[in-house]
Amino acid sequence: MGPTTGGEPVNDLSAAFAEALALVSTGNAELVHIVLLSVAVSVSAVAIGAALGLPLGAALAVSRFPGRKSLIVVLNALLGLPSVVVGLVVYLLLSRAGPLGPLGILFTPPAMVVAQMVLVVPIVAALTRQAAEDAWSEYREQLQSLGVRGFRAALTLLYDLRFSLVTILLAAFGRAIAEVGAVMIVGGNIDGVTRVMTTAIALETSKGDLPLALGLGMVLLVIVLILNSTAYVFKETAQRRFG
Amino acid sequence: MQMQAQARPPLLPLHLERVSFVVGGRRIIDAIDLRLDAGVRTVVIGPNGAGKSVLLRLCHGLLRPTSGVVRWNAPEVPGAPRRQAMVFQRPMMLRRTVLANLLYALDVNGVPHGERELRAYEYLRRVGLDAFAHRPARVLSGGEQQRLALARAWALAPEVLFLDEPTASLDPGATHEIEAIVQAMHEAGTKIVMVTHNLGQSRRLGDEILFIHRGRVAERAPADTFFRQPASPEAARFIQGELPW
Repeated sequence: MGPTTGGEPVNDLSAAFAEALALVSTGNAELVHIVLLSVAVSVSAVAIGAALGLPLGAALAVSRFPGRKSLIVVLNALLGLPSVVVGLVVYLLLSRAGPLGPLGILFTPPAMVVAQMVLVVPIVAALTRQAAEDAWSEYREQLQSLGVRGFRAALTLLYDLRFSLVTILLAAFGRAIAEVGAVMIVGGNIDGVTRVMTTAIALETSKGDLPLALGLGMVLLVIVLILNSTAYVFKETAQRRFG
Repeated sequence: MQMQAQARPPLLPLHLERVSFVVGGRRIIDAIDLRLDAGVRTVVIGPNGAGKSVLLRLCHGLLRPTSGVVRWNAPEVPGAPRRQAMVFQRPMMLRRTVLANLLYALDVNGVPHGERELRAYEYLRRVGLDAFAHRPARVLSGGEQQRLALARAWALAPEVLFLDEPTASLDPGATHEIEAIVQAMHEAGTKIVMVTHNLGQSRRLGDEILFIHRGRVAERAPADTFFRQPASPEAARFIQGELPW
């Protein structure tokens, strides 16, 4: 990486910024690799997290059983789960002496997927539960009247909430891709193997290589911005069309 | 169109035996004994908070009585196609097209895939919504949605239809259309049990009136008798508009 030469801090910063722009606009190979790995890991984590979290949230919304309220409180609390703690726990599970050690995936992208998935499931489940329960109060009598129950009712609810669920999944993706603590611990930030945007930014900043850190930061911001505007436009359009 | 009903014993009559419904110490329904038979259109009226809607929900199985028994002549089998339907004051439509809302109801009630679409169109035509089949159901007007709710109920060929103030928030034109559909369902053999706040409607659609007051059946009489000569002082005051709606 082209190290910046000395000089006044302001010039330093503007020079770094210019260099960062150059890295992004020329499609620097290292930068592109890091971005693609980040997206692949987070998309996988959200896909698995959705497969677990959506049914869990919907089931919680339509079912009544002892301990349900406590489960909801725990789930909501997990929304604020510190990612370094998740990283630590997943690290312990996947380390050679841990119960999942034989899988041998520590310090590989699959380990990072597992860690982000653990972060994402509570988000998907808790937000889905909230949305589904609000809808359930409106749907319950009609669905019961039609003889719809249990699993079928949960599926119907999920399908009818599909536009809100897209927003939820994008929120989950935003959390996954912006998270640094967990992937740092279980991935190890190995150059070319497990280095993702957030861990690269942390490392390059501490090394003083501002252009790459800034370039990655820009890409990260743009991704998050695009996701959020897509979600917004999609939901607005869908709601206008389907009511 | 009341298919396959001949082979099995009829759902009606419905018996309510000492049925009570208590919430937070308040007796919404107070030890009601009631028998509902096929054929006659039963209209349930009474002041606000009398327990009309709760009574309907107890009959339909949406609420369980606190005490007492709701007994059908031939009880429905859980999981089997429903033999009764309900139309609510505010229709709940799924976020799908008009047609898909009907197909969904037919699907969950075990109508074979190949028959659903034909049947759905048939009932959309009956309520005058066949031209709207591919519109999203939730963007229809209130009256159109209520007609769709009736088509959805009718397509299941229910032996009993419960209606909870189906026209309460509709204009006179839409109300008239709803009443015509209810009348057609009655003529096709479905037992009608309707709660209404509209005295004119209860005269037009009721063969018999069930007057509910403070969680009890205060009076039950043929419609013309009820409106000409109410037997209870509460019913007389209600008809004259002296009891709160």
